[in-house]
Amino acid sequence: MSDQPRTFAAPEISPETAPYWEAAERGELLVKTCSACGKAHYYPRTLCPFCFSADTRWEKAKGTGSVYSYSVMRRAAVPYVMAYVTLDEGVTMMTNIVDCDVDDVSIDDRVAVVFKATEGGPPIPCFTPLRDA
Amino acid sequence: MGSISPAYIAGVYEHPTRKATGQSLAQLHAEVARGALDDAGLTKDDVDGYFCAGDAPGFGPVSMADYMNLRLRHVDSTETGGSAPLVHVAHAAAAIAAGKCTVALITLAGRPRAENVATGTVPRIVGMPGPEVPFEFPFAPTIVNAYAMVARRHMHEFGTTSEQLAWIKVAASHHARHNPHAMLRDVVSVEDVVNSPMIADPLHRLDCCVITDGGGALLVVSPDVAKSLKRPPVKVIGMGESTKGQLGGNVDLTYSAAALTGPVAFGQAKVKPSDIKYVSIYDSFTITVLVQLEDLGFCEKGRGGRFVADGNLISGSGKLPFNTDGGGLCNNHPANRGGMTKVIEAVRQLRGEAHPAVQVPNCDLALVNGTGGSLGTRHGSATLILERE
Repeated sequence: MSDQPRTFAAPEISPETAPYWEAAERGELLVKTCSACGKAHYYPRTLCPFCFSADTRWEKAKGTGSVYSYSVMRRAAVPYVMAYVTLDEGVTMMTNIVDCDVDDVSIDDRVAVVFKATEGGPPIPCFTPLRDA
Repeated sequence: MGSISPAYIAGVYEHPTRKATGQSLAQLHAEVARGALDDAGLTKDDVDGYFCAGDAPGFGPVSMADYMNLRLRHVDSTETGGSAPLVHVAHAAAAIAAGKCTVALITLAGRPRAENVATGTVPRIVGMPGPEVPFEFPFAPTIVNAYAMVARRHMHEFGTTSEQLAWIKVAASHHARHNPHAMLRDVVSVEDVVNSPMIADPLHRLDCCVITDGGGALLVVSPDVAKSLKRPPVKVIGMGESTKGQLGGNVDLTYSAAALTGPVAFGQAKVKPSDIKYVSIYDSFTITVLVQLEDLGFCEKGRGGRFVADGNLISGSGKLPFNTDGGGLCNNHPANRGGMTKVIEAVRQLRGEAHPAVQVPNCDLALVNGTGGSLGTRHGSATLILERE
């Protein structure tokens, strides 16, 4: 595990997705779900990307999922694990796997959300391995 | 699939430079335009349609049309990244069929080396930020680590190995040694590739394409214009274009939009993969080639690793010669966009003008596939099928 600090750029917040970032400040991961077709989607939009209904709502995700794919970025000041994680709600999101040995991540690993501070913005949802879960 | 009036690629030009410290971006666009006009035997004043993408400086095609002082009846600035020149060929053919123009000029140029752009290894936002940026950029996605996730998933699902991916680079290097303009001309081995430094697991340095300056241009012309020219006519007989992204969160990194564009192009051309004599396949990374070959039907999904191994892509010995100029992996990837040089080498092959050491005998049917953006996030894809008459 690296002892060097890793910094994260702040996300730009738009009115469309402000509730997502307000929830992040509370340590909650939100997923948009469509009341018309019942499907969750990611990243969040106002109009459902499946049925195009405007009747979408924010739902709190459990915050657990599995690694769909990942890559350890070596060409960086601090190597980091880029990943896609499939949430238990079914959607797959881009994230980083953190707080672990970068060489000890595998596809299908169970992971849980952990919010990391950004440079001047709201925290972002990273994930950390659930060992012995 | 309705029939369309054919269009022809009558002029091609690849800029010989790989580092354009002394040239402006507009100058490079104009130089490649002149090269393609000279190749076709046409003049600037014959051009009545102009196509460029986001690599052109200034205000879409307006600035470059002004710089070159073109008199146009048709303009198109469709931006699908590295696949844009292929889309431009398709759109030019459609515009010609619709009577909108008769001589369409397509230019691409860039100078990322001269500008010292950290193309693949630093997070970058190109142009106006997309709606996904707040949900991705803080995690430091780069071109390389996004493609690396594609490779990792392919290995997981299908058992693909780094050694199999390396064969793609090995084949490209066997071709590049015959290209005096290629940036990397040394033949490399599978061991060289897998022992090169890891950039983003599982992609090594030699799994990545080169970063070069320069560019290229194409001229797509009407049948009447083609008949009046001396160069061997290359007919555009199949075209497909599409995009693919994260599918609303149903991310599937195992296939690309070539799975959509290939069948359209094959259907229009009324040919099948086994008819194709030569392929130009977008090669930003080794994995990019593997995924497209599967998606285009040259082998079954998941069998790409076995298909590319043991030199199967090497002209003269392999079953499917690819990127005989050395491709983006060894020759040229100007403006960080590989589609233009893919079309150019396919035209060389169909004219019988590739280097004799890599020329495919009786090459009368070629396929070009381009991607743009990132297979790891969202991308455009375009397929062209070209025929020598």
